Amino acid sequence: MLAYALRRLLGAIPTIFIIVTAAFFMMRIAPGGPFDQERALEPTVMANLNEAFGLDRPLWEQYAMYLGNLLRGDMGPSFIYRDMRVHEILGQGLPVSMQLGMTALLLAFVIGTALGSIAALRQNTRADYGVIAVATFGITVPNFVVAPVLSLVFAVILSWLPAQGWGRWDQMILPVIALALPQVAVIARLIRGSMIEALRSDHVRTARAYGLPARMVVIKHALRAAVLPAISYLGPAAAALLTGSIVIEQVFNIPGIGRFFVNGALARDYTLVMGTVVIVAVFVVVFNLIVDLLYALLDPRVRYD
Amino acid sequence: MTDLATNTPEVAAGSRSLWAVAMIRMRRNRAAMASLVILIVLALAGIFGPMLAPHSYAEVYPEFVKVDPSLEPYPQEAQIIPSAETALRRARVDIESIEVGGGEVVIGLSSSREIDPRITRYVDRSDVFSNAEITEIAEDGLSATMVADVQQLYFLMGTDANGRDLFSRILISLRISLMIGALATGVALLIGVLYGATAGFVGGRVDNVMMRIVDILYSLPFVFFVILLVVFFGRNLVLMFIAVGAVEWLDMARIVRGQTLSLRRREFVQAAETLGVSGWDILRRHIIPNTLGTVIIYMTLLIPKVILLESFLSFLGLGVQEPLTSLGVLIAEGAKNMRNAPFMLFYPAATMTILLFALNFLGDGLRDALDPKDR
Amino acid sequence: MAEQERVLDVDNVRVTFDTPDGEVRAVRGVSMHVNPGESVAVVGESGSGKSQVMMAAMGLLASNGRVEGSVRYRGQELVGLPLKALNDIRGVKVTMIFQEPMTSLDPLFTIEDQLSEPLRVHGGLSKREASARVLELLELVQIPNAKARMSAYPHELSGGQRQRVMIAMALANDPDLLIADEPTTALDVTIQAEILQLLADLQARLGMSILFITHDLGIVEAFADRVYVMNKGLVEEEGPTERVFHAPQTEYTRMLLAAEPEGHKAPVGPDAPVLLRGENVQVTFGRPKGFLRPDTQLHAVRGINLTLRKGQTIGVVGESGSGKSTLGRALLQMLPSTGRVVYLDNDIEGLDRAAMRPYRKGLQMVFQDPYGSLSPRLTTGEIIAEGLQVHEPGLSRKERQRRVAEAMSDVGLDPSMRNRFPHEFSGGQRQRVAIARAVILRPQVIVLDEPTSALDRSVQKQVIELLRRLQVEHELSYVFISHDLAVVRALSDYLMVMKNGEVVEEGPVDAVFDHPTTDYTRTLMRAAFDLTSLLRPAARTGT
Repeated sequence: MLAYALRRLLGAIPTIFIIVTAAFFMMRIAPGGPFDQERALEPTVMANLNEAFGLDRPLWEQYAMYLGNLLRGDMGPSFIYRDMRVHEILGQGLPVSMQLGMTALLLAFVIGTALGSIAALRQNTRADYGVIAVATFGITVPNFVVAPVLSLVFAVILSWLPAQGWGRWDQMILPVIALALPQVAVIARLIRGSMIEALRSDHVRTARAYGLPARMVVIKHALRAAVLPAISYLGPAAAALLTGSIVIEQVFNIPGIGRFFVNGALARDYTLVMGTVVIVAVFVVVFNLIVDLLYALLDPRVRYD
Repeated sequence: MTDLATNTPEVAAGSRSLWAVAMIRMRRNRAAMASLVILIVLALAGIFGPMLAPHSYAEVYPEFVKVDPSLEPYPQEAQIIPSAETALRRARVDIESIEVGGGEVVIGLSSSREIDPRITRYVDRSDVFSNAEITEIAEDGLSATMVADVQQLYFLMGTDANGRDLFSRILISLRISLMIGALATGVALLIGVLYGATAGFVGGRVDNVMMRIVDILYSLPFVFFVILLVVFFGRNLVLMFIAVGAVEWLDMARIVRGQTLSLRRREFVQAAETLGVSGWDILRRHIIPNTLGTVIIYMTLLIPKVILLESFLSFLGLGVQEPLTSLGVLIAEGAKNMRNAPFMLFYPAATMTILLFALNFLGDGLRDALDPKDR
Repeated sequence: MAEQERVLDVDNVRVTFDTPDGEVRAVRGVSMHVNPGESVAVVGESGSGKSQVMMAAMGLLASNGRVEGSVRYRGQELVGLPLKALNDIRGVKVTMIFQEPMTSLDPLFTIEDQLSEPLRVHGGLSKREASARVLELLELVQIPNAKARMSAYPHELSGGQRQRVMIAMALANDPDLLIADEPTTALDVTIQAEILQLLADLQARLGMSILFITHDLGIVEAFADRVYVMNKGLVEEEGPTERVFHAPQTEYTRMLLAAEPEGHKAPVGPDAPVLLRGENVQVTFGRPKGFLRPDTQLHAVRGINLTLRKGQTIGVVGESGSGKSTLGRALLQMLPSTGRVVYLDNDIEGLDRAAMRPYRKGLQMVFQDPYGSLSPRLTTGEIIAEGLQVHEPGLSRKERQRRVAEAMSDVGLDPSMRNRFPHEFSGGQRQRVAIARAVILRPQVIVLDEPTSALDRSVQKQVIELLRRLQVEHELSYVFISHDLAVVRALSDYLMVMKNGEVVEEGPVDAVFDHPTTDYTRTLMRAAFDLTSLLRPAARTGT
């Protein structure tokens, strides 16, 4: 397994390299630059700025320079947040996004698993239909609808919770719910399906045939097998949460990397956008690796070769 | 091996292909059939609605900004009187009486000077009134009765922050969303099926390399790239199709490849090989027809994903451009105005929800019908 | 015998399943009983409802199943018993082992974990006590290196070992009755014999009753004191095994007993022309060791020579993993291989798809799985005609139709069924379609890869008769691949015995069957034909 982990980590390097390269050149080919403003700058000022940021050099040289700096952990200066280096900005945003995303992921996993199991155990009863309805709603209604509606109901009309901001625990509630809901739905559906299958499986029949108490049969033998597909869904779920948090951070005014990314993209802040993409890519790759290793830990049948 | 517990029925009279069996199953699924009907209605509304709607989606009524949805025509009685007063203010006449009814307004006028019949122009100049006429004028010309047609505008779902009819805008956004859904799904389908079928069928090293590429693309933070594309190359519908299609083909390629690979191992494909059937014919006769069910199911589930992605981009302000609109744009606007005009959020959100629900139910129904576990 | 003394008493049990296509009455009023210390067999073909009776008795029916009637364990009614009370009986007094040793154990827990569960739940043993008892049980069922095996996961054991673990689990709480539901069907014959031997031995030592559900009459004859013959949800016949086998009273039982494959094929002369010759054929799967990647190479076929003459049938027997199917595919160039394959003086080894095409007409294949080998979205007519479209493209539509009709009647199918889809046919009919697809091309050689293994015995016999008739009528040569020695003996004149990718013994069928020269072949023969002598003395002496 160690060899596998190593091989996967080595395999991730070209992936990240490709991402960096693609993002770099895509941005530079596009028309417009970071200093294009409504009122054109003086040519000399423009030239000075370009020189200061190295934008006057040949593209490949800029690329090489960027790669070199990246290897040293320096993502360059931000163009729009003056006097800030990109890694400083992301250093502030990343913990916020991570906290938001990981809480939502954990919540989604726990609630989704519980709902899915209940539905499977009470197949074709009201509880089951209720869960299916919630799941269908969660999958169908996007979080850019859910988030404003939640904010309208609980913050504006009822005034129970703050509508915006980040830092206090009560400011987390609405964004986490809005972000987690679609994933709760997907996981509940997934678990329901795999749980029904597990309950019909031969080894659960064995457990029942051997007179094990119903709770033991369900929790120890059925649920443990049923959770495996949900574990392998965690990778895609994390990616979906990353995307979702762009909206959520926007709606609830949360200073995470999603907001920096959109602002950076709109303002053509090359280095900030590049930094975000690199961070997200590294996160996705590493997270997927962790999920795969976790899966191997839970399922003794998995052999990596 | 022997006790499969299949109650092998005696061969039934007549012949039913798997498609025919699926159709019968499908018809029994009420949620799926209802969804199909709803989708047809929504598609027709998207295609023909904008042509038939009383307002153009781009027409601005500055007098009617964020008016509430109503079955009654606008302007309402209470607004007609002030409008008439405003219109006649510069005519320097006094208004004695105003009566509103039957799409007409009857205004009794008086003035200290003789009334010029051309004052009807002041009234006509307002958006609210037309065909103003002096029907009676007193002998002395100091009092008169003017009749004007009152404009009757129906805003079933109210108007937006610019005074555009929300119903018409929802109709056009349905068209845009469905069009993007269909076209981008088509792009994803084409790339995904060809790529996946090739990888699965050729197999071996080619398959390894092709799937490695898909793996790499998978781990890209793709939505970030789409946003980059859209931001840097301007907002452009065609680009949007390509971007969305290019993101969503990966799943399709994986699914088709997996199917092809498992079909290739099936004995009927090996049987065709021992018959000497060519590779292309095996693909055409034995593999593609058998992946079709999965592809169709996946396609119906892909359309809502694509619509969602488009709306997501539009929500962030990166999607279609004014005056065109899409459900995502409308929802974003609704979210901004939800405090004083909640209907602006409600109607687009409801439309979107119904559309996505119908697509999802139809997809699930198709899956149950085409991919029954009991065969 | 008084009612109370019976271990199990099944009285007029009915089992009904609610399916989307209406009610299916799987069991329609069945009564049977088991006396203490007795071996009872329930025998029947697939769909006879033989398994469902016991599933119903143990409360293990699928959720859409209903049971009516009465099942009593030592006088205590089990139907309708609350789960808690039922759980005091199942796994303690009445235990079960199942058909699929691959899936019947939970893949996520170690052997020790799973075996301890019933011990701790029912016997109230501590973890340590349970662990000691597990070791004892594993030794009882003769698992080699039992101590090390305790911490193994099911996937790390072979099929036979897993079934031994299941048996250990069944014995854990000293049961009164062991229900064995097709426990050896998924296993190779030699393993089957070992498991049966073990069961007989344990019964002799421990004295519990065994109820054996099976489709295999050989097992019944060797194992059971008494037998129930089931057909279509009803008991057709019951009685002592001896009596039922020697004086069957119903037509159905007679048919079952007569379904054992029989017949004999005369060898071809040494001057018969050679059609297909393989020299040093080798097949290797997987990849050699790479960077941070272990060696996954598997030598499936290691240097086999084979000569097939006109009119000859070469039987290739071997257990799963012996490489016999791989050899068949390698001969037809359906997977990459090395060595030399000569068909009618043409070297066809390594030819690509296009170069191979002209030879395909003469070299056909019939597969094992009658459900998987027909393209589900084509009609039978289209399936059978496919080869004609490739090899005789000039044929008119009408002529092609005529040939399809001819081929269908040739294999005993009504040509009017050509517009039907495969899923509308039974297993035996599907296999006929598959054979029609091969013979329509008028081939010279057909490789038959376990063509009868997925079929019930009675259907199997018909297919064997068909193959035999076609061979004579069309002067066909067969390579007949099977794990079933009885079928191979009935159909072939030359035999090759394979093990681990190599031929361990070969020769004319009678010579090999009558005077096997290797230990492996002898074990195989005994396991297949001589279960009775293998089991009965074993039960007495306790080897």
